[in-house]
Amino acid sequence: MIAELGHFSLILALGISFCLMVLPAWGVYSRNLTLMHTGGSMAAGLFVFLLTSFVCLGYVFITDDFSVNYVARNSNTALPVAYKISAVWGAHEGSFLLWTLVLGTWTFAVALFSRELTVDMRARVLSVLGGLAVGFILFLLLTSNPFDRSLPIYPAEGSDLNPLLQDFGLIVHPPMLYVGYVGFAVPFAFAIATLWSGRLDTAWARWSRPWTNIAWAFLTLGITLGSWWAYYELGWGGWWFWDAVENASFMPWLIGTALVHSLASTEKRGVFKSWTVLLAIAAFSLSLLGGFLVRSGVLTSVHAFAQDPERGLYILVFLVLVIGSSLTLYAIRAQGIKSNALFTWSSREALILVNNLLLVVATGAVLLGTLYPLAYEAFTGGDKISVGPPYFASVFVPIVMVLFVFMAISARSRWKDTSAGFSPRRQAVYFVAAVGIVSLLSALLATLVFPVILVTSIALWITINLADDVLSRLRNKRAKLRALVSQPLSYYGMIFGHLGIVVAMIGVCCTVYFSSEKDVRMLPGEVVALGGYEFEFHRMKKVQGPNYVADQGEIKVSRGGEPVTTLYPEKRLYTASQSVMTEADMDAGFFRDLYVALGEPVGESAWAVRVHVKPFVRWIWFGGLLVALGGGLAVLDKRYRLSRRSSESVAGASAV
Amino acid sequence: MKFGKMKTHRRNRLLLVIFVVVMSGSGIAMALLALNENINLFYSPQEIVDGKAPVGQLIRAGGMVREGSVVRSDQDLTMSFRVSDLKNAEFTVHFEGILPDLFREGQGVIARGILRDDGEFIAEEVLAKHDEEYMPPELNDVIEQAHSEAAQ
Repeated sequence: MIAELGHFSLILALGISFCLMVLPAWGVYSRNLTLMHTGGSMAAGLFVFLLTSFVCLGYVFITDDFSVNYVARNSNTALPVAYKISAVWGAHEGSFLLWTLVLGTWTFAVALFSRELTVDMRARVLSVLGGLAVGFILFLLLTSNPFDRSLPIYPAEGSDLNPLLQDFGLIVHPPMLYVGYVGFAVPFAFAIATLWSGRLDTAWARWSRPWTNIAWAFLTLGITLGSWWAYYELGWGGWWFWDAVENASFMPWLIGTALVHSLASTEKRGVFKSWTVLLAIAAFSLSLLGGFLVRSGVLTSVHAFAQDPERGLYILVFLVLVIGSSLTLYAIRAQGIKSNALFTWSSREALILVNNLLLVVATGAVLLGTLYPLAYEAFTGGDKISVGPPYFASVFVPIVMVLFVFMAISARSRWKDTSAGFSPRRQAVYFVAAVGIVSLLSALLATLVFPVILVTSIALWITINLADDVLSRLRNKRAKLRALVSQPLSYYGMIFGHLGIVVAMIGVCCTVYFSSEKDVRMLPGEVVALGGYEFEFHRMKKVQGPNYVADQGEIKVSRGGEPVTTLYPEKRLYTASQSVMTEADMDAGFFRDLYVALGEPVGESAWAVRVHVKPFVRWIWFGGLLVALGGGLAVLDKRYRLSRRSSESVAGASAV
Repeated sequence: MKFGKMKTHRRNRLLLVIFVVVMSGSGIAMALLALNENINLFYSPQEIVDGKAPVGQLIRAGGMVREGSVVRSDQDLTMSFRVSDLKNAEFTVHFEGILPDLFREGQGVIARGILRDDGEFIAEEVLAKHDEEYMPPELNDVIEQAHSEAAQ
């Protein structure tokens, strides 16, 4: 009954989204204000019915209604309730329902917080979002209905949620990621609405900036959580695999990063207008491409849940429609846009241009590596290849290194012209100082590794420049503390965002170069030494969990005879699905992680054991969190709240 | 046309175009070069047995792990197993390390590594399918082919 209610509200949501797509647009076309105003209430209706549908699916999971196929495949009576709820988005159908709900939420939020927009602009934006909702809900209903039942014969017990997904990381990672992914639909809708109206002024940049920042912040958070989850849950101790689906989330992030920067230039200086529109279209298109890659099963990936050509085909058609129509619109409307602002080669605009080019090239490189296997197969008539992680490392790393150099210089840059605050000599001094400090530190710690010194020096150089910029804003101010507090939040957003990148850079390069790992066969009582620590395989015992049984190892870690910690990695057998899972255990630290995972029993009482010492690995995710925090701060800037009043006057003026 | 006499904004535009071309050109060149070195072709057991796979190069190969073929050392983590296409082609894979959780006898596996000239495969990495429903496209083809040929 509840499942039917969910299904029914999904159908209603389809009807409403169709009206949302058509009515406001018709209002714009026929200059009918009443029709234009219908967008807000329909966005609310869309949200309510999608939420009802989602809650219904959650209810069906909690009540163990195994007559619903999706529940039977992904849940079990013994599954803890928290996981029953997260199982809602644990597989294809439900996760797409979540995706659609997130779109509905964004649409509703746009309807709520866009009252400062001109009536026709708001109608256009909501209409575009409504159109996207039609596409997504139709996809759900036609190819992946989570409410399908198998009556009259249905299983008495569900086959359980994939054990890898029974974890806190999975409860939070997909929603964050989707909020980010789908959030790019909002700047996309703004871009399309602007092209459609033909008024490509800088106002649209101010409107879409906070939306872009918040979507980008969530995407950052989602990717960071995903990396953390992969690290502790997959049992390999890796944090990034250049897997096709990771790339699918990384490409919109890269383009999103470019967009966040170029929107700033468009808003503040009126430059790169058409380029920014193109980036907004690209960011959302890459999000859709990500959806296609995850769901069509065309690529070998640990994430590919559904291998269903029909679904893949639907998304591909939808993708082609969305990208094709938006690029056509762009081609028609983007000519003749002129920016009349001049800037010099040392200005912030120029540096942002470099940032954008590098990010686009980096995205292109990742895209090439991700899609190359598909193209290769198509051209050679079925030969299968995979592109190894070394490809991504060797292409991506040089590009971002150049990007980091520009990032260091850019901290002191100013709009229009930077010559006053910028001196090459001072930059040289800063850089040499950074290299000096880092080299000295590495020499003291006896860890002279060239790439680490290089990356860390650039990281320090960026930090010095950021600090210098903060100080320069306090110079000539008598009340230093007040001057510090009175800086706009978006400025702190930039500082935290860039510091986050610095922290992540240090984390990545130290983890890559200083990690040590060993796979060993161990008997109880045996000791293995690694990275200055001794790991003693003490004993094994049986442990009973709610829906699994586990072999739990006890590993005592010591350093120079001093006990450090005891780790309890597990090898679990989930009883319902009979699947085996590695549950690694780790001792997390600011400067290093100790990580132990069990392989399999090899012979009498001997186990394969994987031991890692990973210096600075936490910095990677801490950096990601800082970047997301930066994005969040930028959104909270009061400028966007104050601008409501000022833009009303602008809107009033342009309506005249 | 002398460079020095160009108007500033023209010169800026020219510099910009040159910059973009150089940047994207070198980016693409770098990418293609790296791509060339890092693609790993996939070979089925039949192709390995027929000698169609290159020796001494990093490739991928996969099929089904034959029941009862897993042999472990009792000293360290070296092991070997036989991978077949469920017909008559099969080859030996050697591996040292920890296998993925979903590695089972009778199940699909993809190994990345180097084929020795004696026809045995030295794996650096062994991937098993991710969950019960998911099958890598490569393996799917190997198995489907085996089934359809067996049916004939």
